[in-house]
Amino acid sequence: MKKHYRTKAVGALLAAASATASFGVSAADTIKVGVLHSLSGTMAISETTLKDTMLMLIDEQNKNGGLLGKQLEAVVVDPASDWPLFAEKARELIEKEEVSAIFGSWTSVSRKSVLPVIEELNGLMFYPVQYEGEESSKNVFYTGAAPNQQAIPAVDYLMNDVGATRWVLAGTDYVYPRTTNKILEAYLLDKGVPAADIMINYTPFGHSDWQSIVAEIKQFGSDGKKTAVVSTINGDANVPFYKELANQGVSAEDIPVIAFSVGEEELSGFDTSPLVGHLAAWNYFMSVESDENDEFIDAWHSFIGSEDRVTNDPMEAHYIGFNMWVEAVEKAGTTDTDAVEAAIIGISVPNLSGGYSTMMPNHHITKPVLIGEIQDDGQFDIVWETSGLVAGDAWSDFLPESKRLISDWRAPLACGNFNVDTGACAGQNL
Amino acid sequence: MKLILLFCLALFSSGLLANDENELIQSLAPELSSKSKADRLKAIDLIAESSAPRKMVWLQAMVDGDLYQLKSSDEIVLAVRDGKDYTVTKASDGSALGIEKKRALRKIKVDNSMRQNLRSLIGTFALTSGEAQERYEAVKSLVGKADGATVDRVRELVVEEPDHNVSTAMGLLVSIHDLENGTKQQQADALNFVDGKLDSDVLNALRRLADSSSDTAVATQAASLLAAAESRQRWYRHLETLFFGLSLGSVLVVAAIGLAITFGVMGVINMAHGELIMLGAYTTYFIQQLFPSAIEYSILLAVPAAFMVSGAVGVLIERTVIRHLYGRTLETLLATFGVSLLLQQTVRTFVSSQNVAVINPSWMTGSWVLNPALSLTYNRLIIIGFCLFVFALLLLIFTRTGFGLQMRAVSQNRQMSRAMGIRSARVDAMTFGLGSGVAGVAGVALSQLGNVGPNLGQSYIIDSFIVVVFGGVGNLWGTLVAGMTLGISNKVLEPWAGAVLAKIILLVFIILFIQKRPSGLFPARGRAVEN
Repeated sequence: MKKHYRTKAVGALLAAASATASFGVSAADTIKVGVLHSLSGTMAISETTLKDTMLMLIDEQNKNGGLLGKQLEAVVVDPASDWPLFAEKARELIEKEEVSAIFGSWTSVSRKSVLPVIEELNGLMFYPVQYEGEESSKNVFYTGAAPNQQAIPAVDYLMNDVGATRWVLAGTDYVYPRTTNKILEAYLLDKGVPAADIMINYTPFGHSDWQSIVAEIKQFGSDGKKTAVVSTINGDANVPFYKELANQGVSAEDIPVIAFSVGEEELSGFDTSPLVGHLAAWNYFMSVESDENDEFIDAWHSFIGSEDRVTNDPMEAHYIGFNMWVEAVEKAGTTDTDAVEAAIIGISVPNLSGGYSTMMPNHHITKPVLIGEIQDDGQFDIVWETSGLVAGDAWSDFLPESKRLISDWRAPLACGNFNVDTGACAGQNL
Repeated sequence: MKLILLFCLALFSSGLLANDENELIQSLAPELSSKSKADRLKAIDLIAESSAPRKMVWLQAMVDGDLYQLKSSDEIVLAVRDGKDYTVTKASDGSALGIEKKRALRKIKVDNSMRQNLRSLIGTFALTSGEAQERYEAVKSLVGKADGATVDRVRELVVEEPDHNVSTAMGLLVSIHDLENGTKQQQADALNFVDGKLDSDVLNALRRLADSSSDTAVATQAASLLAAAESRQRWYRHLETLFFGLSLGSVLVVAAIGLAITFGVMGVINMAHGELIMLGAYTTYFIQQLFPSAIEYSILLAVPAAFMVSGAVGVLIERTVIRHLYGRTLETLLATFGVSLLLQQTVRTFVSSQNVAVINPSWMTGSWVLNPALSLTYNRLIIIGFCLFVFALLLLIFTRTGFGLQMRAVSQNRQMSRAMGIRSARVDAMTFGLGSGVAGVAGVALSQLGNVGPNLGQSYIIDSFIVVVFGGVGNLWGTLVAGMTLGISNKVLEPWAGAVLAKIILLVFIILFIQKRPSGLFPARGRAVEN
């Protein structure tokens, strides 16, 4: 065990050394893959795992003979949860390290920060986290869920299977919850839910005193109609929220809470007892029953050297994105950005829930949507899933400003935001 | 002889029959493991209607999430988790099938609404259970959901019910049903019964009755009952807000009171105060890890332990860093900020960058239900008590002990105190240690409310400074009053302004207040004033 750690430490040192100085193997012999995840600062909690996932995937690919007869080389940089630094590090990866693709970012603001750089230098980036949509870039592939692959199916489940008629949309006060809630509100109103039956609530980052809000939710849910909470509350703030719900006697059976930002990795730092029975919507859970998943979990455990580490949805997104990139490079016969971009559309690779995910022309992928119930061991029990795959929609159909926009990066159109009314392409991004 | 034979035969066949009926669960395997919820609900109904002797076991297992299907044979089994493995028994007869890995099992999917269904199904059978608690749960699960037949059964049962709580709950169940569906007499009785009740089911029933009853007399009576209940409810809501405010206030006071000593009395701007709180919270975590079987009491041990740990670290910081910087505020600020980063990174490196799970002892979970409209959560009640206790203790130390006297003397006039024979350097170290130790104790309390992670301190440092500055530097009473004022006004503002805006309003208010009275609510003399 100890020895293993040491070799890992040496490996990390080497990676760090090669990242900064890039000595050793000459660039022609390897294909470089950039890994742009925060290894320090607030986002390190979530992103370090994704860095390890990438190292594992690259390692496996090399064991299987590499790519185009060359070995892959991971170039790991640390943007330190500092958004402008993401742009700088992305520039460093493309200009100095000449990586063929970047896998990275977690928060939307870090992605937005990388966007101009990656478009200017014509790089490739795979973004693995569920996000608010309303974006489609020529140079970015979105392997996480768009709102219609997570939020909308979750609301459908609550509406049809749980019978919810009153809605609390609770979120942390920043761009992802605000946009998602805007889409959800429009969707609910569209479905005939009266405005009086929707309560929207925002709280600051790291909010810890949930007493009044939970009391309000409790009161809102006490008028006899089935009430559900759709939570886009971010990270840490969830623990005191669920604790307060449990303490004030609100059970998952009375008022279920469905979360979009609570996964296995986050649950490993919680005392899960107050959360049991509440829900989360993702495209992958560690508890998914499939051979691919069993293999992936085993590979992860042996790579990381611990049976206790969990797998989660963004890890699966990287697994899919990486395999898609590998296939596209093989198909194109080169790592050239434009060739890979053309080749990757339409490529299908196995996902971990036993099916196949396909890259769509709008640079989003098809995924199943799963609803899981939190268990006391920090795992999810899958209680519902979509019957088929859902294709990611870059521009929500429920927002007036994006309703008429489509994204299709294939040859004749090649536009990320084509307005079907005016027949004009509004440029790369709005 | 013939008779005995016949009897045996009957016994045998009934046994056989029972076994056959227990096989029902296996025949339902395709429905139970179906992806469609409708199929699973159908299977549940078939089980509930059947006369299989083991049906209660199955229903209960579904509620508990213990019903599985063996992937190898598609057999329905009961599986109970035991460490990493599952102990499996056959669902139809309870015979042991050995131990299996999770991957060999497929869980029968049960979601919240199915569970609710199952509970009321079980409830109808558990109404005659021997345990008062079980009967109570059964009645509770049926309130507002029971059909006419069940209500009539409860009507008979309530007469013989010995337990007061259960009979009240039964009365409520019957009344809620009768309000809308009962005969005239039953309705009148029900209206009498629910007078003064505040349960939300009652209020909803009254609301519907007041709106839709064709009998105007009944409608008016319902409306007046409703109005009375709602006004009482409003009353209780104000009390609740006050309680929320007091509890938020005590959190602020607990977090700030250590700072009131180091910053208030000594005039040291200690940016590492938050990290001393964090160390206290981590101490709680480690104590819980050390005594995994004594989660209920280990927190009591964590209080002195956290005091020692944070206090020792505080003394260390004072001796190595701060003592060289007395009187140089800006340098102290920067140096202690550096110390705070150092402490954070130490925890990240040696413990984990992830949050750690601190468990709430059971006596700190749940709430004290005064009535259906007002319940006070135990953890908040305990924190309020704890805050007052710590405050009183510190006040005693300050005003009634020799050490307190020395502390005040040094803070008011160092030269004079030294002339009187007080070793001022030692008093400085002790005072800083005391403030830091109290911060550690705050960490124990805060670990019960929120997250414990390397960033814990950051979320409290700003609030702590605000409380101390607002209350008046160098005054413990000021800290108490300021914390409570901020807590209560935050909670009063929150319902109509939202959490984000409420905080902004308060900050603006404090800015204006400090403009008017720079030395806070209770200005005091101290070294901070001299400087």
